[in-house]
Amino acid sequence: MKRVAIQADDFDISAELAALEALGGGGVASFTGIVRGEGGLVALELEHYPAMTQRQAERIAEEAMARWPLLGLSIIHRHGRLLPGERIVFVGTASRHRAAALEGCAFLIDWLKSRAPFWKKAHYADGAGAWVAPRAEDEAKAQGWDR
Amino acid sequence: MAAVTLVYFAWVREAIGRDEERVELASPEETIAELVARLAAQGGGYAEALADPDRLRAALDQQFVGFDQAIGTARELALFPPVTGG
Repeated sequence: MKRVAIQADDFDISAELAALEALGGGGVASFTGIVRGEGGLVALELEHYPAMTQRQAERIAEEAMARWPLLGLSIIHRHGRLLPGERIVFVGTASRHRAAALEGCAFLIDWLKSRAPFWKKAHYADGAGAWVAPRAEDEAKAQGWDR
Repeated sequence: MAAVTLVYFAWVREAIGRDEERVELASPEETIAELVARLAAQGGGYAEALADPDRLRAALDQQFVGFDQAIGTARELALFPPVTGG
């Protein structure tokens, strides 16, 4: 099972986890990213490059399946205008044992953070908007998986 | 003469004021760096968005590439800031 969804709509985490649990492995790992409402942020706008996002995410999903003995994985990334507390991203992996599930999950979210063509714009209560700057730490984490 | 479709994202798109346009290449050997410098020289929003290539990333036909890459027969060149997904 290899599920990649780039969508505006929210998703059902229980259903996503249940699909991974049904693959018969001994472990399922997941990461969910949520919009933080700090610093007066009222909304986060996610822009992406549709022609590239799906293709790149499918490629990285294949790489994860090749690098770790995964029974399945799910990548869901939302775009559009999201409010504080809303889910942005979900990554889930299933494997016979926990190490592959946890490592595969970390690899996928680190990749999404610094290699997937998404851009975040923060909107504040006073009407100001600012494009979020990339963090050097995120790039370093992604490079840590390169080989 | 060969041409390429340029697509812009995030603040690059906002500064230039459009999300895509078709541009004639100076030659098939023209590199991304050369085209970006040529566009930045138009001034205004182009200069604002493209004057400092260190702040930009590029994808040629939906693949990340370096700025020394020749555009050649590619159909689409995307210019954008470093990504901030996840």
